[in-house]
Amino acid sequence: MSVKKKFKGLSDKAVGWLFIGPTVLLLLAINIYPLVYAIKMSFTNFYANKIGREPQFVGLKNYIKVLNKEAIWEKMQVTASFMFWTLLLQAIIGLGLALLLNRKFKGNELLTTLIVLPMMLSPAVVGVFWTYLYNPQVGLFNYVVNFFYDLGSFDMIGSSTLAPWAIVIVDTWMWTPFTMLICLAGLRSVPNYLYEAAEVDRASKWQQFIYITLPSVLPFLLLALLFRGIENFKMFDMVVELTSGGPGSATELASINLKREAFEKWKTGYSSAFAVILFVTIFGFGNVYVKVMNKIKER
Amino acid sequence: MILLFVSLFSFSVNSNAKSITLGWAAWDPANALQELTKEFTAETGIEVNFEFVPWPNFADRMLNELNNKGKTFDLLIGDSQWIGAGAVYGHYVKLNDFFDKEGISMSDFSPATVYAYSTWPKGSENYYALPAMGDALAWAYRKDWFDRPELKSEFKKKHGYDLGVPANWNQLYDMCTFFQGREIDGQKRYGAAINTERGSEGITMGVTAAMYAWGMEYENPNKPYDMEGYFNSPQAVEAVEFYRKLYEDCAPPGHSDAYMVANLDAYKSGQVAFQMNWYAFWPGVSKEDSDGRVSGFFANPKQNVAAATLGGQGISVVKYSDKQDLALEYIKWFARPDVQQKWWDLGGYSCHNDVLNSPSFPTSTVYAQGFLDSMGIVKDFWQEPTFVELMLPMQEAIHDYVVNGKGTAKEALDKIIEEWVEVFEADGKL
Repeated sequence: MSVKKKFKGLSDKAVGWLFIGPTVLLLLAINIYPLVYAIKMSFTNFYANKIGREPQFVGLKNYIKVLNKEAIWEKMQVTASFMFWTLLLQAIIGLGLALLLNRKFKGNELLTTLIVLPMMLSPAVVGVFWTYLYNPQVGLFNYVVNFFYDLGSFDMIGSSTLAPWAIVIVDTWMWTPFTMLICLAGLRSVPNYLYEAAEVDRASKWQQFIYITLPSVLPFLLLALLFRGIENFKMFDMVVELTSGGPGSATELASINLKREAFEKWKTGYSSAFAVILFVTIFGFGNVYVKVMNKIKER
Repeated sequence: MILLFVSLFSFSVNSNAKSITLGWAAWDPANALQELTKEFTAETGIEVNFEFVPWPNFADRMLNELNNKGKTFDLLIGDSQWIGAGAVYGHYVKLNDFFDKEGISMSDFSPATVYAYSTWPKGSENYYALPAMGDALAWAYRKDWFDRPELKSEFKKKHGYDLGVPANWNQLYDMCTFFQGREIDGQKRYGAAINTERGSEGITMGVTAAMYAWGMEYENPNKPYDMEGYFNSPQAVEAVEFYRKLYEDCAPPGHSDAYMVANLDAYKSGQVAFQMNWYAFWPGVSKEDSDGRVSGFFANPKQNVAAATLGGQGISVVKYSDKQDLALEYIKWFARPDVQQKWWDLGGYSCHNDVLNSPSFPTSTVYAQGFLDSMGIVKDFWQEPTFVELMLPMQEAIHDYVVNGKGTAKEALDKIIEEWVEVFEADGKL
């Protein structure tokens, strides 16, 4: 029975709209409307907690204030550094693990399942239990480090030098399996005849990796990094539970700062401007990245 | 059919039952209040439902509820700093007419608590809460260790005075460093568990205990909101430097984001000789002394002046409640002297003069005298409607200096003033 017969009297276009209508409405209500509203608010001095005070139009004042605030640039640097190191480590370790698991050996499936476990946990829960792992007195992490190299008592979360690494380590532990899975999918899509042809041509294992494996898996890896990049740009829960953005502001990512400005200080106009700037930044980077990724795919 | 009838009937009974909801933080006194309230329900037939929110989320949860004009709570035991916002933004019901009608006199309550928990503008006769839970930041110490002859003599030999309740912050530091890293009964011990928490208000509440004792004022008493030279005075700078020294030399390892529960844990697990915490926890600490642990308690030590950080809360009726009459009935009951006495007996901290001035009060518990002493010297953080905006920069700057070791104490205080000026300007105060 064709769709046309089932919905008698309705054109195909109308039936199409009937199906996507609810989704479009939902999208408009929970994504587009808040976005437009936030853009509107970003040009006002609105404070959501100051009941009865009408928002006044302030032009670009909030944007200028955000862009000129030294503290904001510090948070952006913290975010950029967090993203750089997590993406780099997740790319290298994820690809390495995928190469390992792409080989056939006993216990392969069990090992894959075990490696994937961390990404199934809630980020908030991960944040909480890593605070215990990092505890200088009873933490397993410190014990393991001291087992291999005696550093004495050190506080991963309380030190401004170590805390940024503490969040990088946890994010890498949690999300490398994701990169690994995507790379593994890429590796399994490489046809065997390419390697057979390379063997015939006496290509070394290294040459096979450089000229066959890497180009084949690269679009997959880049896609995984795009997802992780977007996620880490808005990283919030795990870091809040782990360090609360501290010590001081050493791990206060842009998203944590935005939440504090918007929902603790209630500077709605100012934080809307900050949110719009973050949105434009990630949107811009995302677009450039996708274009680069498509070019790599086309090669 | 019968089941359906019974369920419909029970639903109808429940929906008709008189009930109110009270919101507070999830901590020991909340359990005591729940116990006490059973008598209110027995007397009036009004059921009281409780929603207790863990401290780290307490302000967020409750203030969001108020800002959204939520009807979840009929009664709210809100932090002292919220009173300004509660009054100015119309979240709390003004209680003056009700107090007059019911003969509830604010002169029956400790003046410091009325000033701190009930009035806005401060010191005026506009009441938005009934003082519910008196509290201040204080100290507990391991009296059993302090009483050991070998430790006493070693300390006296080293410092020239007796190991005991510290008379000032310098002595507190001496004692903390004395215990830092010391092995007692085969375990390594540390000096003091102090507030260092970054996320909500922890480190601010801790560092102000030192700053008040050094004589810090937030503003020029003759020129409100003029903070330069007051909040960043040399004494205030010295106090903040001292607090960092205390953290660096006396805190147990990993105590870099600690507040109430973490301090309690460090103390109860036998890691530290001292803990800084609120009086609210002392009934629990005292009751749970075991395995030879004996706790002593004392008010915040003085340095240049005697002062302590104020805690505690008043109980307010939420303006958006549909059951204000029932909520007011609860307040009327709670204000009764006999109920206030039971409140203290159960582990709550009454602010009623009949309880506090009773001759038996100072000896009623080991921490009662300290509580009385503290409530006479308390000072509070800004109670402005914008207090959260004022709290956050202080949390960040102080944590950055004390825990992170970034910059100087003067720079941290200057930075805070800079942010506060911006907040007051946006609020039309400057």
